Amino acid sequence: MNFAVLQFPASNCDQDAVHAARLLGHSARLVWHKDAALGDADIVIVPGGFSYGDYLRCGAIARFSPVMQAVKQFADNGGLVLGIRNGFQVLTEAGLLRGALIRNRDLQFHCEFIHLKTATTKSPFSRRIPAGKLLRVPIAHGEGCYFADADTLAALERNDQILWQYCDAAGNVTDSANPNGALQNIAGICNERRNVAGLMPHPERAC
Amino acid sequence: MKAKIIITPKKAVLDPQGKTVQTALAQMGYTGIADVHIGKYIEIDLAPGTDKAMAQKMLNDAAHRLLSNPVIEDYKLELE
Repeated sequence: MNFAVLQFPASNCDQDAVHAARLLGHSARLVWHKDAALGDADIVIVPGGFSYGDYLRCGAIARFSPVMQAVKQFADNGGLVLGIRNGFQVLTEAGLLRGALIRNRDLQFHCEFIHLKTATTKSPFSRRIPAGKLLRVPIAHGEGCYFADADTLAALERNDQILWQYCDAAGNVTDSANPNGALQNIAGICNERRNVAGLMPHPERAC
Repeated sequence: MKAKIIITPKKAVLDPQGKTVQTALAQMGYTGIADVHIGKYIEIDLAPGTDKAMAQKMLNDAAHRLLSNPVIEDYKLELE
């Protein structure tokens, strides 16, 4: 597959994403935020970092960049888009994913390994994860607390759009295993069409 | 003409900053504080001669699309 990894001012996980994609045998290249075309991309990665200095709100400015207009069109045509950490924030701000990411409940930046439970394998992003297998992946964020109103949460559950939840080493989804206060321990979700996903943890750092 | 936009977290949204400040105020001995919410204040200077009704419409649009996130925040726009 051809991976297009976006690069905003202050992205800092873009090279990691390119490295991870190549490590897995795919081709990958960086796409600058001012580019308005994605070329032959099969999948777009919106990487982690602090795009545009996280000014105003995380992801709020990146959403209006030329490349994000191309990403919206790409997603509307069914293209695969994965947002990691700041990328997840950008996708929620852009309205490609529902809800928002707010300040961690303890106000601290969390940089640690956590466990993830895959809540559904019914998505291109999670379908090859063996049933019941827990993922051990690092997180590194200060604003990763997933929030959505009650109607949105109910819709996510009803449509099986919650992809990953924070859990303990035994796979229990508990409050003490929740690093940031995310509602229902949500670490990652997808859209209704299942071609756009976002998560706060860093799978590219676990390759 | 000046526009003042006050952005606050929605009541249903966890506001850990507000809670922390509330706790600090209580520890300092300030009593009677029921709740603290921390938001943002944005001041925009408008060019001389700008039509007030047009500015109101434009800034409401901007506040909705960029300056606030309607999923988690409310805003109040004042023009003076």
